[in-house]
Amino acid sequence: MSVKKKIVVDGITKQFGDLAVVGGVSLDVGDGEFVAIVGPSGCGKSTLLSIIAGFERPDQGTIRIDGVKPNGPSKNGILISQNGSVFPWLTVQENLMFGLNGASHGVKVELADRYIAMVGLAGFEAAYPYELSGGMLKRVELARALVVKPEILYMDEPFSALDALMSLRMQVELRRILDEERHTVLLITHDVEEAIYLADRILVLSPRPTTIQTTFHVDMPHPRKLSSPEAQGLREAILKKLGL
Amino acid sequence: MVRETDNTLIRVVPPVLVIALLIAIWWMIVASSESPIFPTPWQVVTGAWDLAQDGTLWAHIQASLFRVGIGFALAFLVAVPLGLWMGWVSGAFYTLNPLFQMLRPISPIAWIPVAILWFGVGNKSPIFLIFISSVFPMMVQTTVGVRTIDRRYLRAAANFGVSRSVLFRRVVIPAVLPEIIVGMRIGIGIAWLVVVAAEMVALNSGLGYLIMDSRNAGNRYDLVIASMIIIGVIGLLLDGATRLLERLKTVKWRYVR
Repeated sequence: MSVKKKIVVDGITKQFGDLAVVGGVSLDVGDGEFVAIVGPSGCGKSTLLSIIAGFERPDQGTIRIDGVKPNGPSKNGILISQNGSVFPWLTVQENLMFGLNGASHGVKVELADRYIAMVGLAGFEAAYPYELSGGMLKRVELARALVVKPEILYMDEPFSALDALMSLRMQVELRRILDEERHTVLLITHDVEEAIYLADRILVLSPRPTTIQTTFHVDMPHPRKLSSPEAQGLREAILKKLGL
Repeated sequence: MVRETDNTLIRVVPPVLVIALLIAIWWMIVASSESPIFPTPWQVVTGAWDLAQDGTLWAHIQASLFRVGIGFALAFLVAVPLGLWMGWVSGAFYTLNPLFQMLRPISPIAWIPVAILWFGVGNKSPIFLIFISSVFPMMVQTTVGVRTIDRRYLRAAANFGVSRSVLFRRVVIPAVLPEIIVGMRIGIGIAWLVVVAAEMVALNSGLGYLIMDSRNAGNRYDLVIASMIIIGVIGLLLDGATRLLERLKTVKWRYVR
């Protein structure tokens, strides 16, 4: 690969008691690349991402971000999880301003409002999360991550709690936003079509203790059509690897 | 609209009917038994009216509320910081929790002799009793609140790399606030129970004193019953006032959904 490597994961393992969860995973993600990791449920995908994002320590192996071993989570890589973590006691705008520091209040407000508009929530700046729907909450979460301009987005089944239609809509939105702003993305999902729609590369994990089984390159221009023969063929091949 | 009116009717009419029915039964029983001591509802009303007229009733209410106010405020100032600290720092929790769990089940009434010994029969005794009875529930609620903060919020805060002070001000405290309000409701309820009990033993003012004094000074049971009803109504109002805090925009998330 000609692009610079953003994330380099080398031989990480993780065990909880007697249960080996991650069994030696090595992977790398190029700068600006979108890598999706698919695997059977309970295979340790979330643990893997949690380790890469710096929330947990691996038993063995190393992670390097831009060639440096990170010391815990940082603003440079924001994790978006399945359950969401938008603060329910802050308004949409306050949530976005939470991670912003340094700038004056006015600048923060302006920046927050720009990203609120970007995810299509203009007019909801002063709303509290409990007044929003599930899909809108996801947008808030995405905007809150993007507003701090992280180089990396870690997404752990971000849309799986949404209904099928909203999930598709959010995939389209995410793709649009990634065309506007360049981010390196590492996505964990069990939704093969979501991976094909979004990613440049798809890694298929084995059951626990999980390792990388196969890598698929997705060489299709965006916006992708999942009904195309190419996408369908890829889907079949990935599902076969997952044992279906 | 129709629905909402129905709701208000359902909320207001049945309880009023039940209370009216109870008063009617009370009246009938007293009238038919021709009791020389136990008052009819009307005697209670006129007795209370006389007290209100000469101003003593207000003085007693004020005295009780003052003691509750000071004792509760002191308890709040001690319980919330201590609760936050115990919730956040495991060492503090394991060191202090057993002691507080042992002190907590001791009835405030049991403290009365000790309070009189330490603070005499002035205002300080009941204030101390209110403090001791409302400090533990508020502290426990706050501690539990901190310890049960959803981990994903703490993770998110860690992810955005905020300072410790921002973490406390913008995440920990707002996350615990609903729990603190629950603690305040429990605390103020117990405080009101205790002030009346404490005033029965010592002092010469307050609603508890009014009850004992009315009985001792010539079996004025009309005033005893009137005081009881007033205590109930004020207790209800205190709870209602605390519940208003639940409407704060920043804690509403806890009560919807």
